Amino acid sequence: MSASSAFNDEKGGSSSVGEPEYGHDPASGGIFSSDYKRHDDLKEMLDSNKDSLKLEAMKRIVAMVARGKNASDLFPAVVKNVACKNIEVKKLVYVYLVRYAEEQQDLALLSISTFQRGLKDPNQLIRASALRVLSSIRVTIIVPIMMLAIKEAASDMSPYVRKTAAHAIPKLYSLDPEQKDQLIEVIEKLLADKTTLVAGSVVMAFEEVCPERIDLIHKNYRKLCNLLIDVEEWGQVVIINMLTRYARTQFLNPNINESLLEEGGEKTFYGSEEDEDEDDEDKDKKAEVATMAKRKPYVMDPDHRLLLRNTKPLLQSRNAAVVMAVAQLYFHLAPKAEVGVIAKALVRLLRSHSEVQYVVLQNVATMTIKRRGMFEPYLKSFYIRSTDPTQIKVLKLEVLTNLANETNISTILREFQTYIKSMDKDFVAATIQAIGRCATNIGEVRDTCLNGLVQLLSNRDELVVAESVVVIKKLLQMQPEKHSDIIKHMAKLIDNIQVPMARASILWLIGEYCEHVPKISPDVLRKMAKSFTNEEDIVKLQIINLAAKLYLTNSKQTKLLTQYVLNLAKYDQNYDIRDRARFIRQLIVPTEKSGALSKYAKKLFLALKPAPVLESPFKDRDHFQLGSLSHLLNAKAGGYQELPDWPEAAPDPSVRNVEVFTLLERVTTLTSVPEWTKCSSREKRKEKKVEKPFYSDSEGESGPTESADSESDSANGSESVSGSEVSGSGSESEESEEGSESEEEEEEEDEEKDKKKKKKELKKKPVQESESEQSSEEEEEERKHERKSKPRKSDSETESGDEEESESESSQSESDESESEAEVKKKKKAAQSKPPAKPVKTDGKKEKKEMSLLDLDDFEPAPSPQVTPVNSFLSSSLVTDLEGLSLSDSVLSPATIAPSSALKSYELLHRITGEGLSVEYCFSRQPFSPDANMVAVQIQFTNNATSDTKNLHMEDVKLQSGMRVKEFPEIELLPAGETTTAVMGIDFCDSTQAANFQLCTHTRKFFVSIQPPVGELMRPIFLTENEFKKEQGQLMGMNEITERLTLDVKCRNEHTIVQRVTTAANLSRVPCGSDKECRFAGRTVTSSSLVLVTVATKEEGAAQLTVNCEKMVIGTMLVKDILQALTQ
Amino acid sequence: MIHSLFLINHTGDIFLEKHWKSVISRGVCDYFLEVKEKAVEPENVPPVLQTPHHYLISIYRDKLFFLSVIQTEVPPLFVIEFLHRVADTFQDYFGECSESIIKDNVVTVYELLEEMLDNGFPLATESNILKEMIKPPTILRSVVNTLTGSSNVGDKLPTGQLSNIPWRRAAVKYTNNEAYFDVIEEIDAILDKSGMTVFAEIQGVIEACTRLSGMPDLTLSFMNPRLLDDVSFHPCVRFKRWESERVLSFIPPDGNFTLMTYHVSSQNLVAIPVYVKQNISFFETGSCGRLDITIGPKQTMGKMVEGLMVTVHMPKAVLSVNLTASQGNYTYDLATKVLVWDIGKLNPQKPPNLRGTLSVQSGAPRPEENPALDIKLKIQQLAISGLKVNRLDMYGEKYKPFKGVKYMTKAGKFQVRT
Repeated sequence: MSASSAFNDEKGGSSSVGEPEYGHDPASGGIFSSDYKRHDDLKEMLDSNKDSLKLEAMKRIVAMVARGKNASDLFPAVVKNVACKNIEVKKLVYVYLVRYAEEQQDLALLSISTFQRGLKDPNQLIRASALRVLSSIRVTIIVPIMMLAIKEAASDMSPYVRKTAAHAIPKLYSLDPEQKDQLIEVIEKLLADKTTLVAGSVVMAFEEVCPERIDLIHKNYRKLCNLLIDVEEWGQVVIINMLTRYARTQFLNPNINESLLEEGGEKTFYGSEEDEDEDDEDKDKKAEVATMAKRKPYVMDPDHRLLLRNTKPLLQSRNAAVVMAVAQLYFHLAPKAEVGVIAKALVRLLRSHSEVQYVVLQNVATMTIKRRGMFEPYLKSFYIRSTDPTQIKVLKLEVLTNLANETNISTILREFQTYIKSMDKDFVAATIQAIGRCATNIGEVRDTCLNGLVQLLSNRDELVVAESVVVIKKLLQMQPEKHSDIIKHMAKLIDNIQVPMARASILWLIGEYCEHVPKISPDVLRKMAKSFTNEEDIVKLQIINLAAKLYLTNSKQTKLLTQYVLNLAKYDQNYDIRDRARFIRQLIVPTEKSGALSKYAKKLFLALKPAPVLESPFKDRDHFQLGSLSHLLNAKAGGYQELPDWPEAAPDPSVRNVEVFTLLERVTTLTSVPEWTKCSSREKRKEKKVEKPFYSDSEGESGPTESADSESDSANGSESVSGSEVSGSGSESEESEEGSESEEEEEEEDEEKDKKKKKKELKKKPVQESESEQSSEEEEEERKHERKSKPRKSDSETESGDEEESESESSQSESDESESEAEVKKKKKAAQSKPPAKPVKTDGKKEKKEMSLLDLDDFEPAPSPQVTPVNSFLSSSLVTDLEGLSLSDSVLSPATIAPSSALKSYELLHRITGEGLSVEYCFSRQPFSPDANMVAVQIQFTNNATSDTKNLHMEDVKLQSGMRVKEFPEIELLPAGETTTAVMGIDFCDSTQAANFQLCTHTRKFFVSIQPPVGELMRPIFLTENEFKKEQGQLMGMNEITERLTLDVKCRNEHTIVQRVTTAANLSRVPCGSDKECRFAGRTVTSSSLVLVTVATKEEGAAQLTVNCEKMVIGTMLVKDILQALTQ
Repeated sequence: MIHSLFLINHTGDIFLEKHWKSVISRGVCDYFLEVKEKAVEPENVPPVLQTPHHYLISIYRDKLFFLSVIQTEVPPLFVIEFLHRVADTFQDYFGECSESIIKDNVVTVYELLEEMLDNGFPLATESNILKEMIKPPTILRSVVNTLTGSSNVGDKLPTGQLSNIPWRRAAVKYTNNEAYFDVIEEIDAILDKSGMTVFAEIQGVIEACTRLSGMPDLTLSFMNPRLLDDVSFHPCVRFKRWESERVLSFIPPDGNFTLMTYHVSSQNLVAIPVYVKQNISFFETGSCGRLDITIGPKQTMGKMVEGLMVTVHMPKAVLSVNLTASQGNYTYDLATKVLVWDIGKLNPQKPPNLRGTLSVQSGAPRPEENPALDIKLKIQQLAISGLKVNRLDMYGEKYKPFKGVKYMTKAGKFQVRT
């Protein structure tokens, strides 16, 4: 390594290719002095005050590191700069530190305090990067510090920091495996995380630290399935691989009872293609299925189905690893009939880089052995181009051979014929072997193949001939008597063929079938005896064999020859050959001493030998999980987790049930996005939440499920479940359109809620005072209905609405004609479903699941439910579940928040994260008296813990500029089990930015944030019609936003429109002469900008929405919100 | 997962190493170099190798090997895909991915690698996020940087990583808002000696370049989406919308990206734009052979075929060629035995022809195999499958973007057997 050139290098980073220092030992002479000097220079630069000099020095050092040169003596000088302000210097110092800390442990400790400080930084990205570097420093002494940091970060408010914590877990584990138990605790905690950002990383950590603890997955299984599509691609791969293993331990083999599946059961179970008309049939089918279930046929666990359904879209990923992961999941887990879907995607990967092709082809080769039909349609995609790399060619050949059958063999053979002419001789050899395999597998073409191969014997290329001989030998072994002429032909070839393996093969063949060629064989032996000394060892062995066999069959002619050969062999250099000669002589030449064995010599040598089976090297490779490194190498790689066999009996599926509330997504943690629709996004979703703010009476209804990742999936899930209530065999649900349109679904849901709300209002009137048991009971009941009706709703909107109404007996049916019909249907169903009153295990589970996935948002607190007629639909286990739930939530009795009962409340702090303290908030729409520019937020605290909470107050408010907060007065004591409310004011500055603050108790602090829907940023004002028109006239042009829309069927009367608009936004109605128009007015809270909304209706539900607002952003957002409210 | 990465040039020099866990000696590469020595072509090095203590997974891109060292079980495609992503990122940052450019930008490369993996597990691989953290070098910036000592590391923190739309950087602003889409189709085909199609299919890709302010929500629809048989999408595309309505709905990343790739269903007959008449023969006696190739238009949909090029990998025995081309130039590389005939535009009236003699090493046996011809061609303004973009709509932003769609057809793996 010449100092000067290296110096240049680092400076500009440019160096010419042929520089001598590469890969050379840095310790060669004359270098130390100059090295030393140069480093002095770097040290000086690092010590200087100028950032630019430091940066320059760091760049040079990193360039050294990059080229693998030793820069460790600079450690003290570099580590000093760890606290440097310049961000690039800092980053480069990190790079250096992580590289050398292991070697310089003591000095590395100097930097630790910087990172510890960073861990407390208010900026989440700085916290994350501090943790990242800290955990990358492999110094054993700091293990406790790392452990502490990881634990803390795991409960950080920011999902990004939590993700970093998940990354840090395997780092710490590899540094100190003793920490495993503690780390598992952290993993368990992070597994429960609901954000997509964390999911992939934590599963990664799980796989590295405790892959055997499959039990940790149970509770998170459904969540992982539902989040999967939104996790980043790398995380997807890890999760899918893990879930494959999980599923193998938890579910039954779907192919266990094939015949049954074929009998149309398949349709019900897996079909899912047909939709609408399925509705009614479905129920019948399901009833059938229920009876079948008693006969114990295979019924797919709905969770199993969930996994298959949620991974399928990922076949369309651009990432080959993801596609492969899904493909292997389907191969290992899906019912046979469904595996086919992966073929197309895998064939697509064949157009990718050659490395990708290589891996994919290996896996396809394994798959084609078990499931040939799957790839048959894509036969031509495996045709070989002369430009393919050899290893790809060979693999393609393998696949083609596996795919060959009676119908396509002629095309394949024609294709093979072109390959034989290739210049790539390894490939030609492989082709010949492939032909041999085709010939053994497909009897019809055996003769054709054999003839073809015999023709190849006259090929000019020796390799080709040799390979052909070997293959012909194998083929002939199958039916030697027919082919003595071929044997003769080959005997002639022995003069020309030089390749030892081929010569040996021919000799073996002649020896084995010497009876078929009695005249030629002695002659061959004669020639061989002549050239014996010049032959290769394997040929010599075969000559001995041939001699022995001939001696036994035709000793008259060959006795002398044999003895001659044996004598030659006796003095051979190779001891194997000498041994063989001795052995054979003893065996075949009768002497006095020869024992009993020689009598059997003929039997020994000329025993009937079984024909060799030519089989694929990929046979049985599928006991390795496909797509894995172990599969590729056909050997177990370190850390490989065996793919377990299916269990005999399904383990208890209820372990995957989750307490309902754990799936509640908080408004504040909207980080994860559902579906591929994700980007439609935040905005919309938030708006949606806004739309139905007054819908729930109280806390239980937290819009978030709407936005929760599981949204549409939950709907899907619920579909399957709807069946299960009746039959106990839910899972066959559709993954069909309805499921897939998460948005529509949401809309429908909203709509339904509107309805429900209306009803509730009606209901409430009589009982309002007491907020009575009865009403809540009704609600409870209703909830149950809804749970059921929701799934159906997606099939037919109207029905669901009707149903619901019909069921809520006490409520007035303000509804349509079809209702009674629905009722009848319903009752029928009830009758039908009564018999299986004792639910099968799965029943309970499914119902539970249903609740957890779907109904969270409908969950309102209610005193203990009483068994109503409806309950006959529900399994007893569900009832108990509901009981349990309502009890647990009933603590949050709605009494205190009653005044704002029409408002939607959001969760601020969940009782789990809050350690017993749960906090909800709603926008009370009351003026906030201390400051009129603030939005009043009513907060309800409930202490679910067993001990009192003291000194509840807020701290550390973080706001966007301009925003202000009026804190609520400190609550000194909140006894256990009590609930209290407080009001705070927030000036959002007319933006939907969140207000972040800490909620403190005497023991803990919680990071929380409140984010307002745009409709809550205004207060209603009263205007007359004329004033309205005047103001509207002034807000034209850019300030006016107009949208055309088609009103929802149920929203075509004035009353509903008004109600929906006022639900979506805090506006008041403006009187209007025309009944075709509804007008609303309000002012934004902070700047008092006017907000005017007009909804003009026309025929057939067409309508036009106009929003006039000075603040265009507010206007745009409001339009979206209202549009949503009206069109659902 | 990924333990270390070594960059190796085609002569076998290791010119960059990066370790994400503890340091692994570069001696581990010897196993790889040994195999590489044996392989005739660098492409023939198996991507996965096993050594006593490690597994080596490598890719070959742009005459460079990206060799990663693995210690435990990991899906090989995971690593391969990631390595390609690394190469793509270099390409994206530096315009090309070559040894000299990597050496010139070694610090940026190192910073990138640091961000892309954490403890061997991919962290930030989206180009939009990376560019937020580490700015790509430009001439202007490097001048400014040297003058002011400022850096190319973004002082902003990578907020994109926190967003729900991780592929798009935040706060994009342009004075000219534009969105371009290139529909590029490649014909993969194998034609046999007589010109019959053995196998043909069309691969398409839509490359997009969007420079749009704010958070535009785009919808791209096709006139004939039924043509598309198999598709794969950039993560931004909402799959559900595609399933139900066959439209592409997405919030695009900023800058260039591949929106989707597709495969045109094989039921449709693939139009082969040119015919090739060829005759390559070697005489039994005398060490020579003849070559005669003519290319003419077949189904070009009335468009001009451009960039026509024929590549022939001659048998090793062919020493030299003596040809005349009626159009374009030809070159014959004696070392690699590759004959390249660069034709350019195809003249339908006078189909270009290349003919002449090949001289074969005397004494060598007559080459058994006739070499296959690889054809390259381009047709502008045409998507050979007939796919047409219907319209592009934008929601969520107020401005009117400039929109453009371009079609192009190319020959992919287009091979004529002789």
